[in-house]
Order: sequence, then structure tokens, then C-alpha cells
Amino acid sequence: MTTFTAVENISRRNVLKLFGAVGGGLALGASGLAWSPMAIAQGKQAQLNIFIAIGEDNKVYLTCHRSEMGQGIRTGVPQVLADELEAEWDQIVVVQGLADEQYGSQNTDGSRSIRKHYQKMRQMGATARSMLEQAAANQWQVSPADVYAKAGKIHHKTNGKSLSFGELAIAASALTTPALDSVALKPASKFTHIGKSPTIVDMDVMLNGKAEYGFDVKVAGMVHASITRPPVLGSDVATLDDSAARKVAGVLDVIQIPISKGAPLFQPLGGVAVIATNSWSALQGRKALKITWTDSANSQYDSDTDLAALVKRVGESGTVIRQLGESVSDWSDDNSLSAVYTVPYLTHAMMEPPAAAASVTKDGCEIWASTQTPQSTQKNVAGVLGLKDEQVKVNVTLLGGGFGRKSKPDFSAEAAWLSQKIAKPVKLLWSREDEIQNGYYHAISAQHYQAKLDGNKAPTALLARTGFPSISSTFAEGVDMPSAGELDLGFSDMPFNLSQIQLESVKATAHSRIGWMRSVCNIQHGFGVGSFVDELAVNAGKPCISMWRELLGKPRHEKLENQVVKYGNYGETLEDFPIDIGRYLSVIDAVEKAMAKQPKIQANQGWGFAVHRSFVSYVAVATLVEMDGDKLTVLKSIAAIDAGTVVNPDRVHSQTEGAIIFGLSLAMMGEISYKDGKVEQSNFHNYPLLRIGQSPEIETIIVESDAKPAGVGEPGVPPVAPSLTNAIFAASGKRYRDLPLSKVLKM
Amino acid sequence: MTQQTQTLEVNGKSFTLDADPNMPILWALRDILGLTGTKYGCGAGLCGACTVHIDGAPVRGCLTSIKQAAGKSVTTIEGLEADKLKAAWEKHNVPQCGYCQAGQLMSAAALLNTTAKPSEAQIDDAMSGNICRCGTYPRIKAAINTAAENSKVEA
Repeated sequence: MTTFTAVENISRRNVLKLFGAVGGGLALGASGLAWSPMAIAQGKQAQLNIFIAIGEDNKVYLTCHRSEMGQGIRTGVPQVLADELEAEWDQIVVVQGLADEQYGSQNTDGSRSIRKHYQKMRQMGATARSMLEQAAANQWQVSPADVYAKAGKIHHKTNGKSLSFGELAIAASALTTPALDSVALKPASKFTHIGKSPTIVDMDVMLNGKAEYGFDVKVAGMVHASITRPPVLGSDVATLDDSAARKVAGVLDVIQIPISKGAPLFQPLGGVAVIATNSWSALQGRKALKITWTDSANSQYDSDTDLAALVKRVGESGTVIRQLGESVSDWSDDNSLSAVYTVPYLTHAMMEPPAAAASVTKDGCEIWASTQTPQSTQKNVAGVLGLKDEQVKVNVTLLGGGFGRKSKPDFSAEAAWLSQKIAKPVKLLWSREDEIQNGYYHAISAQHYQAKLDGNKAPTALLARTGFPSISSTFAEGVDMPSAGELDLGFSDMPFNLSQIQLESVKATAHSRIGWMRSVCNIQHGFGVGSFVDELAVNAGKPCISMWRELLGKPRHEKLENQVVKYGNYGETLEDFPIDIGRYLSVIDAVEKAMAKQPKIQANQGWGFAVHRSFVSYVAVATLVEMDGDKLTVLKSIAAIDAGTVVNPDRVHSQTEGAIIFGLSLAMMGEISYKDGKVEQSNFHNYPLLRIGQSPEIETIIVESDAKPAGVGEPGVPPVAPSLTNAIFAASGKRYRDLPLSKVLKM
Repeated sequence: MTQQTQTLEVNGKSFTLDADPNMPILWALRDILGLTGTKYGCGAGLCGACTVHIDGAPVRGCLTSIKQAAGKSVTTIEGLEADKLKAAWEKHNVPQCGYCQAGQLMSAAALLNTTAKPSEAQIDDAMSGNICRCGTYPRIKAAINTAAENSKVEA
């Protein structure tokens, strides 16, 4: 199978050659986008719909409109399209879609590429197939009922004749496109590509150094840029001496970027850009800048002080967001158990920092970026430059990791602003220090949990409070309460079978750009709930898994009808994606079964467990640790995921493996802290990530399900941290309620 | 700092470049020679994304200047001949985002060159400088073991 990476330089001559007799008009593309890979796939003559084009060479061009950042979507989307189309895997060429509203949302976050697009991709494949069938029927002068598609050909049912997709493509593309829901979809038993695990489509280029990421983009005549941004949110350049920087070999220019007013949004942060002939000179030039900064409202900010205040606040009454049974403010200590959990600020630390190239001309702007969100990149860049959306063309490269950071289009806006300013194509690279110190952070948080206990120490009622600066503060000034959408992430949807539940949120003010990071608020809520259930279990002298079963109750669909705010359910209805206690129980059972096969453990070892539903998937995790004094070793992780119908089992396994390592990194060693308004960390020496020797043996289990496809990229993360701290308790008797563990343990 | 004419041997070919001799080869490879398979991850020798071979030994391209590499033989991912290792990588479908994988492959190839059948501890040791944020470590280990089993990897 061959692939185009997003910005592969395809000459016009090659484009014409690709389609041979199809003709030159094709090369201009369907939507005025010149001869980009997408336009190739969407040339009128061979285009069956916006996702599928077929060349006379019998190649099947399938457009992936979602961004590839390691989750395998450039393999998964083609699998779904090809299945109903009945294409052969080796005839497929994957084309990366440009920013284009025609595709529907391209915002590749929220674990929703398959979840939200599966049905439509199947219908796209099916309607394209029906056009090929109709074209063959027309040619043979028979009824479409007399033909069928299989393995890249349309066959006559009885006379043995067949025509390849390539032979039928042009005739098929001249037919009227059927309504999307007019063609019946096949049953799962007939799937040819869905449920398979082919080699990822970008394997070859990744193994040979030819994969093109945002960092690797080359645009003719481009210069390189690197920006020193304000170290404190809201501060600006007070004085600038760039005389030494301008003398650095290779430095072409130094440009001050104004700070944006109001809420941060996706606007450039401002600062000082060094423009150079190469990346290194730009970085060297920055070292030679002498800048002083103005104070801002955040200049005194200290995250330790803030966390202490937040801990105090979750100990006091807040705003009730869910109320089942009578109201409560507190229970006495002798018939209750309570605990407070904290998680620090975190940052994405994807291996490729943000990167974008921009070329602004009199006609518009072209962007090449490792972006999760080409459409908001388009709108944001258009806004910054004062252009119309359609004047901004956005090419999506491969992403060297995303985790939510690259669904903020600020870096493309910076590149575009600079390109407009200096009237040259600009490639902007963020350094690691930039990424760690000027990010959109996962919010610092505190949570308070209290359970009322009966005479057998069984919980009968729950009171919980959560507090963290809201992502909404990034988009509107003055927001100081969590939004309903954030509370929905693992907090307000606690599925416990109790007669009295009271959930509250408390105030927290933002002092930096708050953003979403892989599984978002499920990170802290999964940690809080998962830890507290284990504490209840320990207190009652029961295994953690038994306490979970007790709290979840019998299989049922939890309706959450007693909420003050309507539950968002990750943008899905509760009819399509109920909170299904049976599915919680099935992932718990799967992990318990796998644990039973494990060898006996030693006295200084312990298993911990947690389960969590997020992005409408269910994941249970068991972690085995060994404690040697204060030295922590994670030996084994077992995860079971029920993500409904699975398109590519191998990529579900790999995402779950990755989620475990991501969760361990944040629990063990992840912390962004602030002093005097500035981030204290700067690179991997003080924002470390798990390394290979710290990584456990991992076993992942996919629980078979014929439910609708659910999220995969994020749901593995939330149960990891609590399963780890619960394991440490089991091994050592020590309970850790404040992350990261590196503050108190060696690893 | 001055621009000077430097000669670098990369993947068996000799290149003359007009550059600051203190420029790390990471940037010389990427921005001047157009060999972008070698990746920037930290610029401080902490993540291993820029790992290349100099005279067969793994080094960090972000900490090795043109001056230090001059007169020696540089191998990058574009020139890495390690068919069995790459086949093992493919067998285990190792990469997720792929960004760190060039560095991982360079470190793994160097390990197998010196240690045909590395132990678990030797793998951890040799690969400890290469961070993978996606979490492909278990598959990297599996792939190195597979490559070692299909032994005598030429890299």
C-alpha cells in the first residue's frame, strides 16, 4: 500500500501521470485547491464522493479528514471506507484532507474520530460502491440487483463477467450520488477490513525517516522563526535590546509581537521573534536577546499557595451540581470516611513541540502544520490576518504526538502573523522549553470526598467537591468556576447505587492558559474517585473490586436524572450510549480473570485496581508494584477496555498501552509548578516522562462488544493513576493522595 | 561566530556546507542537508529523538557540533541499513506517532551491533535515553528481541 503524507511534493506532471487518461482538468481539483493530494482524490472525473476517488489505474484514493497523531486514524478511516466499498487493501492510497467544512468536524480530539464518523464513513463507502455497481449494470445492460462488489471489482452474479473499479470509475462518477442512508450496510459478519489490524499505513516512511511532520515542512524561500514569549501570562515586553541577537550568524531580523488583549483564546502570546536562515541561528539569536518584561496580574502567582487554598475550599460548601436524596453539609467523623486528593498542573510534552509553516501572499495564506484541528486553524489564522476563511488553505502534516495541545491553533496563528509581517514564508518551531513554559495546561485541582458508613462500614451516602481553574477561563475573562462540561468528565457522572449523593464544585481562578490534555478532567476525577473507592474498601476490609461491585450495584442503565445540569455524555445521547453498569462489570470481570492467572506476589508487592468510564468507553486497570523502602517499581499493568465495536484491534491495544504509560508518567513524575507567575520546569530533566526501564510489562484486553464504536485514545488514562497509588498502598500500607509521587518516592 | 566551509560525511556521501562549525549536526542535517528524519525533541541530550551514529556509535545530534563530526562517518535514519530490525518493528506495529522512532531505531541498531542477544537489562540500559511519549516501550522491547532472535542484524 502506498500513501501520501500531507505535504508530499507532488509535481503537476506526476499528478497527471497518476490519472493518465483522466485528463488535465482534474489537476485543478474540485474546490479550487490546486493540485494538493486532496484535490487529486477529488478530481471530478473519478470522484465518487468527497472521501473516495478512483483512478483509471485502479488505485482507490481514500481521504482521511482526521489528523494522525499516533492513534492510527490514517489506517482506521480507510479501513471503514474500504469495507463497504469492497476495495482491496493494497489498492488504497491514503490522502490527507485539507481543512474543509465538507467533511464535517475535523477537530481530532475528544476520542471521537471513529465514534462520530463511523456510520458516515460506512455510508460513504456503500454509496460509492452502489455507483460502481450501477455503472457496471449499465454497461452490461442488466439490473444492479444482478451484480455485486468484491475485492476491488464488480462481478456479474451469473455470467462470470467482472470489471475493475478503475474500469468503472469515470462512468460511476458521472452518476447521481445516492442519498447517504439509501444504501443498506452489511452485517458485521461480512466485514472485510473492519476488525482487522493491518500494518499502519505510514510504517514505511516512519522507518525510513521520510515521514513528514510539522517540524519537517519545507516551503520554497522560507525563513526560520523562534519566539521568546512572555514568561508570565499577560506580561509584555518592557525593554528590548536586540543588538547582540542581530549579530548572530544567520539571524535576519528580530520582530516584536504584540500581546493579545482579553482572554487568551488561541491568539499569539506576544513576545520577540528571531528570524533566521536556519533553526539553530534562530535559537542562538534568542539567547542573545536582552528583554525585560512588564508585570501582569499573574506576576505574584505561586501554585503551592494556590493549591493550599484550593484544598481549603473543597473542605467547605460549594455549588451543588448534583443532588440525590437530602442535602448534607458534613457527617461526623465516627460514621464517615473522608479524604482529599490533589493533582498538579500538567503539560502535554508530545515529542514534537508545536510547529507550523505559513506563507502569506496577496491572495491569502497557506499553512502547513502538525495540527489536530485544521478547521479552527483556518478560522483562527483568517481572523489574525484579516482574511476570509476560504483564503486560508491548511495542510495537515503528520503529528509527532498531540494529546490535545495541537488542537489549539495558536502556533499557526503566530507563524501566519510573522509571514504577513515580513512578507516571506516562515517556519515557526517551538523549542521544548517553549512547549513546557508557554503551554495550555491541564489544571491544578483538589477534590474532597466523604462517605457516610453503616455499622458494617459500608458506604450509604457520598458527598464530594471538586475545584480547578476552568478551561473556559481561556476563552472568557473572569470565569472562576468549573464548567458543566468539565464536571461531566468523571465527576457528575459517578454511577454509584447510593440513595444519597451530593456533588459540588468550588471556585478557582486561572493564572495561566488552561487547556485540555488527554482525558481532560477525567485525570483528576478518575484519580479521586478511584482512590476513594479503594480507601472505602480498605476501611471495610474488602478487596477494592468488591467495593466497586457494591457501589455500582446491579447491571442497569444509570440515568443521572437527579442532576442540576443536564449531563453532556461526551456529546452522545444516553439512548445511544447509556451509562451501562453491565459494561463496567464486564471490564472489571476481564481484569479480575487476568489477575487470577498472575503468579503469587511477594510481601513487598501489591496490586491496585480502578475502573472508569469516559468518552463513552469503559476501562478497568490493575497495576502491580514493588516497594523497596521508598523505591517504587511498577511491574505489571493489566487493562481491559470496552470501546464497543472496534475498527482496528491492534490500534486499540496500542492506544491502551500508551494510555497506561501516559497515566504512569503523570502519576509518578508529572508536575508543572509556578513561582512568581512563571513555570518552574523547562525540559525533560525537570518535567520527566516515563522511560523504558520504568515501564511495566503491559497486558491489554479488548472486551468484545457489538455496541456502537466509542472512544479509544483517552479512556485508558484515568484509571491508571489510582490503580497505581492503590497498589502502593497494598504493597506498603502508605496512602498517597497528592500527585506526583516523585515528591515522596524514588523511581 | 563565523561561517566556514565544513565537510561532513553523511550516509556515505561527502557534503560541503557553509555553516558555523559550532552548529549541532541535528540542525545541519535537517536545515542544510534536508535530512529531516533526525528529529528535534529537547535540544539538550535528554530525549534521544536526534540519535545518529558517528563511526557506528550512537550520539545525540543536538549535542554534537559539525566541528566534532567533521572527518567522521555520520549515519542517519535515512542511511540506516537494518532490514531485520525494521522488519521486527513492522511485525510488532511499533510506532504510534512515529516521531521518536528514528532515534529509537538508531539506538536499537547500535545496541544490536555490539550485543547480538541483549538481556532485558541491556535493552533498558541502551534504550534509556530515548523517550517515547506515546508509550511504545513494550513493543520496542519486543521488536528488539525479535530482531535479535532473527539474529546477525546488519546495521
